[in-house]
Amino acid sequence: MKKKPLTKNIRPGRGPLTLKEYEKSGGYQAVRKALKMTPQQVQEEVKASNLRGRGGAGFPTGMKWSFVPMGDDAPRPKYFLVNADEMEPGAFKDRLLLEGDPHQVIEGAIVSSYAIQADIAYIFLRWAYKLAEERLARAIAEAYAENYLGKNIMGSDYSLELYLHVSAGRYICGEETALLNAMEGRRAIPRTKPPFPQVCGLWGKPSVVNNTETVCNVPHIISNGAEWFKGLGRSGDGGTKIYGVSGRVNRPGAWELPMGTTIRELLEEHAGGMIDGYKFRGVMPGGGSTDFLVGEHLDVKMDFDSVQKAGSRMGTGTMIVLDDKTCPVGMVHNLEEFFARESCGWCTPCREGLPWLAKILRAIEEGKGEAGDIEILKEHTKLLGPGNTFCAHAPGAVEPLQSALKYFREDFERHIREKRCSYK
Amino acid sequence: MATIFIDNKPYEVKEGQDLLQACLSLGFNVPYFCWHPAMHSVGACRQCAVKQYKDEADTRGKIVMSCMTPAADGTRISIDDPEAKAFRKGVIEWLMLNHPHDCPVCDEGGECHLQDMTVMTGHSYRRYRFKKRTYRNQYLGPFVNHEMDRCIQCYRCVRFYRDYAGGRDLNVFASHDHVYFGRHEDGILQSEFSGNLVEVCPTGVFTDKTLKKHYTRKWDLQTAPSVCVHCSLGCNTIPGERYGKLRRVSDRYNSEVNGYFLCDRGRFGYEFVNSGRRIPQVLVRPERNVDAIPVSREEVLEHISGVLHFGARVIGIGSPRASLEANFALRSLVGPENYYSGMSEKEHALISSIIKILEKGPARSASLNDVMKSDAVFVLGEDVLNTAPMLGLALRQSVRQRPMEAERRLKIPDWHDAAVRAAMQSERGPLFIATPAGTGIDDIAAGTFRGAPDDIARLGFAVAHELNNELPEVTGLSSKVHGLAKRIADELRNAGRPLIVSGTGCLSEAVIHAAANIAWALCEKGRKAQLCFAMPECNSVGLGFIGGSSIGMALKAADEGRVDAAIVLENDLYRRVDAAQLDRFFDKVKNVIVIDHVFTKTSAKADVILPAGSFAETTGTVINNEGRAQRFYQVFIPGLDIQESRQWLRDMMAASHIPLAGQWKTLDDITAAMTEAIPSLKQVREIAPGATYRETGMRVPRQPHRYSGRTAMFSHFLVHEPKPPEDTDAPFSFSMEGYEGRHPSPLIPRFWSPGWNSVQAVNKFQREINGPLRGGDTGKRLIEPGDIERPAYFTVVPAAFNVHDNEILVVPLYHIFGSEELSVISPGVAELSSKPYLALNPRGLKGTGTKEGEEIKLILNGRTYNLPVKFMSDLPDGVAGLPFGLPGSQWVELPAWGRVNPENADIVQ
Amino acid sequence: MLTEEERKEIRDELKRHAHKQAACVEALKIVQRHRGWVSDEVRDIAELLEMTPDELDGVATFYSQIFRRPAGKHVIRVCDGVSCWVMGYDIVRRHLKVRLGIDAGETSSDGQFTLLPISCLGACNIAPAMMIDDELYGNLTFEKIDGILEKYR
Ligand SMILES: Cc1cc2nc3c(=O)[nH]c(=O)nc-3n(C[C@H](O)[C@H](O)[C@H](O)COP(=O)(O)O)c2cc1C
Ligand code: SF4
Ligand code: FES
Repeated sequence: MKKKPLTKNIRPGRGPLTLKEYEKSGGYQAVRKALKMTPQQVQEEVKASNLRGRGGAGFPTGMKWSFVPMGDDAPRPKYFLVNADEMEPGAFKDRLLLEGDPHQVIEGAIVSSYAIQADIAYIFLRWAYKLAEERLARAIAEAYAENYLGKNIMGSDYSLELYLHVSAGRYICGEETALLNAMEGRRAIPRTKPPFPQVCGLWGKPSVVNNTETVCNVPHIISNGAEWFKGLGRSGDGGTKIYGVSGRVNRPGAWELPMGTTIRELLEEHAGGMIDGYKFRGVMPGGGSTDFLVGEHLDVKMDFDSVQKAGSRMGTGTMIVLDDKTCPVGMVHNLEEFFARESCGWCTPCREGLPWLAKILRAIEEGKGEAGDIEILKEHTKLLGPGNTFCAHAPGAVEPLQSALKYFREDFERHIREKRCSYK
Repeated sequence: MATIFIDNKPYEVKEGQDLLQACLSLGFNVPYFCWHPAMHSVGACRQCAVKQYKDEADTRGKIVMSCMTPAADGTRISIDDPEAKAFRKGVIEWLMLNHPHDCPVCDEGGECHLQDMTVMTGHSYRRYRFKKRTYRNQYLGPFVNHEMDRCIQCYRCVRFYRDYAGGRDLNVFASHDHVYFGRHEDGILQSEFSGNLVEVCPTGVFTDKTLKKHYTRKWDLQTAPSVCVHCSLGCNTIPGERYGKLRRVSDRYNSEVNGYFLCDRGRFGYEFVNSGRRIPQVLVRPERNVDAIPVSREEVLEHISGVLHFGARVIGIGSPRASLEANFALRSLVGPENYYSGMSEKEHALISSIIKILEKGPARSASLNDVMKSDAVFVLGEDVLNTAPMLGLALRQSVRQRPMEAERRLKIPDWHDAAVRAAMQSERGPLFIATPAGTGIDDIAAGTFRGAPDDIARLGFAVAHELNNELPEVTGLSSKVHGLAKRIADELRNAGRPLIVSGTGCLSEAVIHAAANIAWALCEKGRKAQLCFAMPECNSVGLGFIGGSSIGMALKAADEGRVDAAIVLENDLYRRVDAAQLDRFFDKVKNVIVIDHVFTKTSAKADVILPAGSFAETTGTVINNEGRAQRFYQVFIPGLDIQESRQWLRDMMAASHIPLAGQWKTLDDITAAMTEAIPSLKQVREIAPGATYRETGMRVPRQPHRYSGRTAMFSHFLVHEPKPPEDTDAPFSFSMEGYEGRHPSPLIPRFWSPGWNSVQAVNKFQREINGPLRGGDTGKRLIEPGDIERPAYFTVVPAAFNVHDNEILVVPLYHIFGSEELSVISPGVAELSSKPYLALNPRGLKGTGTKEGEEIKLILNGRTYNLPVKFMSDLPDGVAGLPFGLPGSQWVELPAWGRVNPENADIVQ
Repeated sequence: MLTEEERKEIRDELKRHAHKQAACVEALKIVQRHRGWVSDEVRDIAELLEMTPDELDGVATFYSQIFRRPAGKHVIRVCDGVSCWVMGYDIVRRHLKVRLGIDAGETSSDGQFTLLPISCLGACNIAPAMMIDDELYGNLTFEKIDGILEKYR
């Protein structure tokens, strides 16, 4: 059986499969199969597969679905939302799936929607993904034409409307509750949990938000079974994962590999190692909001628990490499500028704390650092920690900073001491 | 009850609260910004952090926001935990990064919640060395000043303005550290409650523009508890004075009445006290139609004693905007048989009818707090936002009751405001509004009905019939109206706390009767139905208690030549009676004495004008629409000849040797006499401690102990420090000397507590957050429902409204800014008040070519009025609207049939 | 004033939504597509959506890709995401500044180009990257940039 279920149809340099071609390669079989199962059975299968959310937090998908009220007296309509906002710095894996095989996303959305008996599904797409927008729109139209969407899908009594919603920009829209507000035509401010979206989500109705990659896995689990899925991985977390590498490596890119592939393998085998003249110094394993790992972590397996144990997060699985000629202070400054700008402005620590961090980092980078700056930075990595802010944006934002202060502290000190950036 | 542990000590708290509320109720100082007692928790500012522990064994704990954490049984927290303290300090540091250091020149300085919280958390040194952000400020109208640089982004303004008060023209813009709170573009804030931004904003972004014009620090304000005089609801206020000028009015918390808020008319209408329309001195008119000239007190009293000689037939005309005591003094002077209430015939009848309904029927009168808690409401005939504005704000809360029950089933606690709103979306509980024209709360109504007053009454009777089919049936209703009646009846019947709102706005007795029938029918069905009637003035109900007959009877007496002299108390009769009739009255009555604080058309006719104190310069009692008697206290001593009306009356009695006078030294004396003469007012004696009340031998100081300049204030004309005047009517001192501890609730002159200089200090005065003040809410309800077997239902259903050929029924319309006599003297209110107009449905003008704004002739009761036309497309066919009481308009008896532009147009329907 | 075409597109969009406000971002985008930015049309759009201008603008100003100030004919978005930063964003930006004579956030005097730095374009594998209007360009070098700009002049 296939080792690369998610990307098997993706043909670099060529357009995505049409619906007919997709069907021919086994597509939409999962929809047909799921429609013959009960929603509970679909949920059970996904639960058994131990599929964990690919949006960054790794929450078990089957469990997430199980909180949705089911049955005739459940509130209606229910919603399923595909999170295709992908704005994490360094992440580009969902784009690959959205552009490369839009029908797979749609099929995943249909099966997932069926599992929670959603009436309406949305794909919440990042504004910058123009190509994906075009391809998804076409694929959705095709799916409607073939009755994979719409009333009484494939003669069953299940109906589903699926819409494409293109965001108007803002990183925070990707946070699942902010995404709900964005969908309602409001300012994309996160909501508190509880109540969880599964109970009180879009328009106050039960809703599930899943990442694009998560959703793409679902049809394969239904078609091939939970055991098959678990067997794909190299560690406890089942399935494959789309890993990506960017930075000064020979072949930046993204690959579908067994869950649990090590960082070293990714860097050396798939990304072709560092460009000549550049040495590896560190890596953010899962995008811009994850802690740096360094040389000693190269053999860490890229799965949710292993990376966590190493002191970072797997996040999106798209890593950014720091080389020896790039200033870590500058890099962290770039990230904090980003996070400060993308704060929604709702809670104080994030709204005010992140810009302060960015300003200090800029000052240090420009040779205007002062004694005490590092203390303030360090203090903030604690103050902006989980639970202290309203959502996970700010805690994510300080992860690279906190680990940079741990692994590259000497760089910060030298900047302040010498009043300049020695990388320039 | 739940037991929670705070720093290892157990406390009993009420179930179903958040931890912040629980801690504040227990008296702990937990800092906060985005939380507000009326608007609850959203968790934005992160200021209220505490440490929470899983159990006794947990020593690490984690930081939580107390406002977002339920105070569930067994919860263990620490407020003093060093990490929590450090975090709270950090939050202040962040908020202060960009905050201007302009406290010395900031209007909020000295009563700033941000200052208080900064001190409370111990943040004192600045580490931030970068540029601060700045913003452009906006023009927001005559009431509210905008200074965005001071913003700490707590989101309270938009939450109050939009979520709580339903305003739609203030919002938050942009994102990250650029969020901006204001309007889409400069312009006048449209909400009737915009002034609350001033108190809701924890810093100096939104401040009182009227105060700004004659600024005084909070600690330099002389204050006393007061009651708003600008409508019948009797919201509790704290007016503040300095140098003989009233500087501002702020909210005085009363959990049963206005809670934390006031309407803009109540907050900003006060400037009439300082206005040029005030009567500064005693004036006497040597003969009619010449200018009145100043005379001395002695002279005037002597003159009056001549007028009031033995055997003279003297009548007194009282006023629903004057206190019980003033009215009673007048009644005593002239004798009950010669006392007239000063209300028009119709007003008089309506008020008596309402009081009877509330006293004799089984339905209780609702306080504003009851209104907020109602879960199904039917409004008959009253445009509440314009006649009793805070009632509109309360109704906005009532429609959340029903959906909130659904949320409770989702286990969303009431205090979790963001979640409640996310779950509730646009869902609203049942509120039905039947009025002649559209109202400002139609947006939250489940159904609206537009009709002439009689048709509104018919709808009401139809609803009552649905509830109890023994009640008269309304025949000839369209199936649509019939369906609506059924729907309303169903919703009311299924509600736990149904409420019927009506009032005198339509000037229709039938409407009021219909309202009573509905409420009574519900009561008979075992529902706890309540009634809430809006009335014209702050003491309309009080006058109902005092009795006397209408102005019409006084005019009749004069017409019959039975009146030698008339004393008119704080009343502009031209606002209540036809001008021609009044002119005749003044021709007939040779001696007219007017006691008032502002010049009016009536005072222009008077032979003697006596300058009275305004509410801020007097002490007395008024009874609000609920039947709650409330005491207001003199805030400052007016200058010149001004004294309280009742003192003028007492002086007149003394001068004319009327026996009672000798016994009345103080307000308490009058109150005693009054409650004896009118037993139904007995409880007025209990609404507040008497003038002799002392705490450890001391009075209650009107001036805070930080009051500055006491010895220097008058140094430019007096080198001695003057002895503060003595107050014989109230246990307050006109100085900072006095007892600084806790006072009985009716005597709380201001909310202040160590460390709490802002309005938020009120939490230290409440028994628990949102509960009554310690010692109980102020005021006493004088009306409770009767204990009767079967209510005396009204049985007369009016005939259906018939559109007349060539005639149109003119009904009154109301304006929050403009329709009320006193507030409109204030410049800001005047600016927002409308010019007189005639509202017509454009449908009825089809084919006449009449354009909006064009002048049109209205012939009413034989008189012609030229008025610009205003299109109001939801007026029913055959009905026109005429705004009540606007400056420049004349009183007309309404509703009345009139003709419009008779020479060139038929009113086509 | 909205054109009839814009109105129609907004009305069509409204049909897809049970709640009018849900269409507001799309409505703003429609107008922006026609005009390059959204000016006082906010009023007209708000009216169609039964919102107040204050409500609509509260939303419009939140999102980074709704322009409430005029933009040039072509909007150049240079990715300043972390991967592009590592791969030479600074050089790309400086080169564009020189070539166009404008700073970030500005529009060239001929109204042709607006230069905006933008958070991660999701093109980290071809960093440094930029987007002109709807077109994505990666692996940028000076020569490549010059060539691309030529196409838009
Ligand atoms: C600031 C922030 C931004 C996020 N952005 C994204 C995103 O762009 N795409 C995404 O799938 N998840 C994003 N997430 C995670 C989502 O909140 C959510 O956990 C995820 O969509 C759930 O999908 P999953 O269970 O399939 O992983 C973000 C979270 C935060 C806190
Ligand atoms: S941490 Fe606070 S301000 Fe930051 S994005 Fe989340 S809610 Fe918004
Ligand atoms: S008061 Fe609790 S977060 Fe603002």
